[in-house]
Amino acid sequence: MTFWQYLEAKGPYLLTTLLGGWPQTAIVAIGSLLFALIFGLAVALVRLSAWRPLRWPAIAYIEFFRGTPALVQLFVIYFGLPDIGLSPTPLQAAIVGLGMNGAAYLAEIYRAGIESIHRGQMEAALALGLTPGKAMQHIVLPQAVRTMLPPITSFAIVLLKDTSIVFSVGVVEIMALARNLVTETLHSAAVYLIAGLLYLCMTIPMSRLAARLERQRQAWQ
Amino acid sequence: MTPLLRVVDLHKSFGELTVLDGISLDVERGQKVSIIGPSGSGKTTLLRCVNYLEKPTSGHIYIDGTLIGEKEVGGRYVHLSDRELAKERADIGFVFQRFNLFPHLTALGNVTIAPQKVLGLTREAAEARGREMLQKVGLGHKIDQYPERLSGGQQQRVAIARALAMQPKLMLFDEATSALDPELIGEVLRVMRQLAEEGSTMVIVTHEIQFAGEVSDRVIFMDHGKIVEEGPPAQVLSNPQLPRTREFLKHIQDR
Repeated sequence: MTFWQYLEAKGPYLLTTLLGGWPQTAIVAIGSLLFALIFGLAVALVRLSAWRPLRWPAIAYIEFFRGTPALVQLFVIYFGLPDIGLSPTPLQAAIVGLGMNGAAYLAEIYRAGIESIHRGQMEAALALGLTPGKAMQHIVLPQAVRTMLPPITSFAIVLLKDTSIVFSVGVVEIMALARNLVTETLHSAAVYLIAGLLYLCMTIPMSRLAARLERQRQAWQ
Repeated sequence: MTPLLRVVDLHKSFGELTVLDGISLDVERGQKVSIIGPSGSGKTTLLRCVNYLEKPTSGHIYIDGTLIGEKEVGGRYVHLSDRELAKERADIGFVFQRFNLFPHLTALGNVTIAPQKVLGLTREAAEARGREMLQKVGLGHKIDQYPERLSGGQQQRVAIARALAMQPKLMLFDEATSALDPELIGEVLRVMRQLAEEGSTMVIVTHEIQFAGEVSDRVIFMDHGKIVEEGPPAQVLSNPQLPRTREFLKHIQDR
């Protein structure tokens, strides 16, 4: 049986089996994205703090999580944390691991976005009597979001693809099922090709969205 | 009676560079004071110190008898928290050379944000006040425009309306017309003149010598971080006592 004949005969079976992993992939992707979006903002704000001693833990955090492999971070969380009495489930470890890793990247995206807003905006807000926090919330961040959206969307795409490493801590997502299927069928090419196409089906709409966001200009821009 | 603004022996250095070198100054309620002087003389820094956009190196600022930016605790001066400082700044209107309007908000949005977020006004109340202020500066027909769509003169008038909407005790103007094309300067000066006539207390850093002469109760000439000469405009501008002042005025008029 040739590759194409096999794909024709067994394709639907492979596809439906792999689709069974889709919810877990989606949960890990969305969960870690939310984690990274929120925690990354906190890291960015600390990183930009006016008080110098507060900045360096944020810098250390960013450097550590960007400078070490995500897989290593994942293993530390899943296999390492039980040593200090914490036993995350595979899903928890995956979301926290990819989330903390993503937060380091997002913190830098946020920082660049915030720093792209002219200092005069913050000064004008402060001069009106807004506190630095409210000035950030109502004046600086709403403007920065415009510049940050395209890189954040690109980041989300990378994050979605990176969920394919979390099978290694036992999450039964697309990639885990693909490996099982290969063991079962011994047809690596067909299985991994379909798995790849599944990721593509998710990333293409996202990159289209990113392109649209980049083109889109607000009324005030 | 305490002056509305009192500046006591203000010093400000950026590293080695001394920008303000012992400035003391009183402004009474309702007074208009213009500050003139060559660039680098420290006038803008003085204004920015008054609302603590710059922290003075030493010296003190009082508005209505209240210390600005710091408080006395057990005989020592300590800096205010962000929240306390914000509360004090709400009483001080500041108009920037480069307008600094918020580009993501309409003219009305610019004027209503601080009354809502700082004074706690409802949206309706803030918008009523905001409309009134925009009408006052002659922009009642532009309330829904984004700053991008406004000329420089219109932007600066929105910026003035934005400051006025906080009903400040004191208005500070930092070279409010310096970034404008010559044909747009008049409309901004007209609004400032109107405010002066209504009795606002104003401190105006400007290069518009004629305007300063017309609206000010007092003119201050600064050079190298010091007040060199001050007095009524008739004296400082028309009959300056010091050669340095004369030289500066001649230079400005030759432009």
